[in-house]
Amino acid sequence: MATRQTQFLARALLTPAVGLLFIWMIVPLALTLYFSTLHYSLLDPGSESFVGLENFRYFLTDPAFLASLQNTLVLVGSVLALTILLGIPLALLLDQPVVGRNFVRLMVIAPFFVMPTVSALVWKNLLMHPVSGLFAWLAKLVGLTPVDWFNNVPLLSVILIVAWQWLPFATLILLTALQSLDEEQKEAAEMDGASAVSTFIYITLPHLARPITVVILIETIFLLTVFAEIFVTTGGGPGLQTTNIAFLIYSQALIQFDVGSASAGGLVAVVIANIVAFFLVRIVGRNLEA
Amino acid sequence: MARKSTTQRVVVSTIGAWLFGFLIFFPILWMVLASFKTELEAFAIPPSFLFFHWTTENYATVQERSDYVLHAMNSIIIAGGSTLIALLIAIPAAWSMAFSPTKRTKDILLWMLSTKMMPPVGVLVPIYLIYKSFGLLDSRIGLVFILCLGNLPIVIWMLFTYFKEIPRDILEAARMDGATIGRELVYVLTPMAIPGLASTLLLNLILAWNEAFWTLNLSTSNAAPLTTFIASYSSPEGLFWAKLSAASTLAIAPILVLGWFSQKQLVRGLTFGAVK
Repeated sequence: MATRQTQFLARALLTPAVGLLFIWMIVPLALTLYFSTLHYSLLDPGSESFVGLENFRYFLTDPAFLASLQNTLVLVGSVLALTILLGIPLALLLDQPVVGRNFVRLMVIAPFFVMPTVSALVWKNLLMHPVSGLFAWLAKLVGLTPVDWFNNVPLLSVILIVAWQWLPFATLILLTALQSLDEEQKEAAEMDGASAVSTFIYITLPHLARPITVVILIETIFLLTVFAEIFVTTGGGPGLQTTNIAFLIYSQALIQFDVGSASAGGLVAVVIANIVAFFLVRIVGRNLEA
Repeated sequence: MARKSTTQRVVVSTIGAWLFGFLIFFPILWMVLASFKTELEAFAIPPSFLFFHWTTENYATVQERSDYVLHAMNSIIIAGGSTLIALLIAIPAAWSMAFSPTKRTKDILLWMLSTKMMPPVGVLVPIYLIYKSFGLLDSRIGLVFILCLGNLPIVIWMLFTYFKEIPRDILEAARMDGATIGRELVYVLTPMAIPGLASTLLLNLILAWNEAFWTLNLSTSNAAPLTTFIASYSSPEGLFWAKLSAASTLAIAPILVLGWFSQKQLVRGLTFGAVK
């Protein structure tokens, strides 16, 4: 009796959340799918007509798609590389006996809490401005020509800003993992005369394999849809140099008002994200005792 | 059995860590300093690091020229509202999955996680059109709603992992002592769940406060939270560095403080329990 009641109660408690998430996932996605088969421009209302896969053909063969796909991959890959290659030594350093470690930790994770529009504008103006930015001043100080960041290396500029935002995340996760590493194992290795380098390669690194995978997958999910940083700094330009898939779809939808093509693009983005999500969900699922 | 840490090692790693940490924190520090400069000094080359004429006039100007308080209120309402509603929906759900799991619980959890993986840009078009036809563009309620749904999977997940850690023996003991479900909830479970609830609340406030896809696309002026407001400084004619810095400092200060408090939960919340 009691168990049946509990089961009923449990189901009743779960339903609102499941229902809402289901609607949230299905309705917009179904609409995107529907719009993607229409010729549908907000500038020309009433002209909607079924065009089959025409929008996909248009979106996928548009040179802007290839350019933005390439930018997306470069952006995601570079930020991943930077955050992990800098995050590992930083986490190792913070795992050492450091005077004032808590304070250093606070400084290191701070960028993660800065809203994207603020970090992008502060970097663009206060640091990367070609004349009055701090980097320009530093370059002149050591006798170099200041770099005109957003005109000459726009994508690199965006990459640096995004990497700065995500470095704390990678560091914090790797540090958490390091702190759970068995100290005795390392001590035993040390007593057996293992060098610091081989302790790192044979004990620490294997222990970090899983957290590194998790960092890669979670960052990828978020980095695939970097938007605000591009929106407030370059607007996708110059030309298409900093347009990623997310920004391309945005500009087709809300600047060119081409609903059909933007929807086709949206579905392409969903497919790309799902490939990553598939692996992440599997890793998380393996770890879950429900 | 602490590893022996020689003085030399401590000195080297301390210097290294402080240097690294300072470099990472520097852009924020630089912004805060600029917010206390005059516009001319903020732009000056060579820059002055500490010995400039400290002024708070930028903070006053930011409020005068643009209704800063309105945008701050919007941020508070949108972040707070979406988090609270998400908690109201998530608590019963997480509760039910943690305490009476079924064969499908694991699948449901993973499915919820996968909804979070959907790129927002994939549904930008329909959401924009739906919002347009219902008059929800540039409305606080519209943003509350979308941020609530966007963060719901994370809220449920975090709560689930916390509830899962509440020992079930205690429940049984309470039942043996004749506690009803209501009393069990109020006197036994709630006190044990409060730390988990608090950290879930904190992390989701931070995520909602800093959310900058939907807020940029669905709000322009009246409902614009701080993310959108700060973005308005990106126009080329609006190059007021000191004022941008003042507005930015105000926008990130409260969340930076909350973030520092919640750094431990951050790892757990954002990795869906895959790293603890």
